[in-house]
Amino acid sequence: MSKSLRLIVVLTFTALFSGAVLSVLNIYTAPRIELNQNQTLSDAIGQVLPGEKACDVKVIDGVTFYIGRDEKNQPIGVAFLAEGDGFQSRLKILVGMDMALTRILKIKILQQAETPGLGTKIENDPTNKTDAAWFTNQFNDLPVAKAISYVKNQKPVAAESQIQAITGATISSKSVVEIINAAIAKNRELFLKKVK
Amino acid sequence: MVKAKTPLYREFTKGLWRENPILRMVLGTCPTLAVTTTAINGISMGLAVLFTLVMSSLIISLVRKQIPNEVRIATFIVIIATFVTVADRTIAAFWPAVSKSLGPFVPLIVVNCIVLARQEAFASKNPVGRSVLDALGMSVGFTLVLLILASIREIIGSGTWFGMQIMPPTYTSWMVMVLPPGAFLMLGMLIAFSNWLNAKLEK
Repeated sequence: MSKSLRLIVVLTFTALFSGAVLSVLNIYTAPRIELNQNQTLSDAIGQVLPGEKACDVKVIDGVTFYIGRDEKNQPIGVAFLAEGDGFQSRLKILVGMDMALTRILKIKILQQAETPGLGTKIENDPTNKTDAAWFTNQFNDLPVAKAISYVKNQKPVAAESQIQAITGATISSKSVVEIINAAIAKNRELFLKKVK
Repeated sequence: MVKAKTPLYREFTKGLWRENPILRMVLGTCPTLAVTTTAINGISMGLAVLFTLVMSSLIISLVRKQIPNEVRIATFIVIIATFVTVADRTIAAFWPAVSKSLGPFVPLIVVNCIVLARQEAFASKNPVGRSVLDALGMSVGFTLVLLILASIREIIGSGTWFGMQIMPPTYTSWMVMVLPPGAFLMLGMLIAFSNWLNAKLEK
């Protein structure tokens, strides 16, 4: 066998072997990975729409809305994904709102890689012994007829759509507020126009 | 071959101390620095490398006489990448939480120099048994150092070990230990300590 033919044969067999191993693996793992992802998403939807028992998916102009229904099949709220840049990472936030999109029910940070110990407090603040999720909990039942704003060193007024920023992580706090404001402004129009 | 005269157990134990990939050869420091923020991350990364290294060494040692010298690196990389993908997908399917916290560092084992170095320096020149022992020793040595480094960083930086609170509640965490500078500081101190110990032992 000539030298160059041998190179081709060896590399081809290596690639074939690799392809065969990976295809077999994919048959077994792909359904589980998809199941895990769906499970994560549906868990999160259940958390941001309290009392949700079933969920309809509606895609309007490329934006996916998850409409939650209670046990009597009445719509209780709508959830959507808000995405944007934080201080040093991409933030993905699931926002649950009432059907008129005037009030936030709950939010959940799905993805963030902010500065450990500072920016990560948007999701989990271990220094706050009573409520590690105090930052996201400020959004519970927050009226958003006007845009959300953040305050520092003073008590926020929930009725005025204010929340408290995290000390040492102002940019991360501000990003969360801005990402949610932008998503609400865009989605409110889309959703209210197309759904009845 | 000279190598064949070393006793079999030495092929395993050299990776633990004398030729430890992190402390003595300073290979694979990128994942070492990046993932050792918690003990569970450290040990998961170590086990992923163990699987990849042992399987790659086994296959490459089996076919070492068929691989032409000109394409050996390409062949090694394809075989390594196959097992890395197997490890990555398996973790994603069965331990989604671990997969999320290790992020891109599992796929990056493909370019981990420990794995490629063992193929080039050892598995492509030695019989199957010795290659597997060598791979096991190297990856156990790697995993142990990751576990030690990650434990120190997690205990000082977060006050926990494997997620359990072990420092008193009044303890203020040293945030710097879970940030990148803490990784450099601790790795430097670990290497310094191992050099000191080594010098002492050889005396």
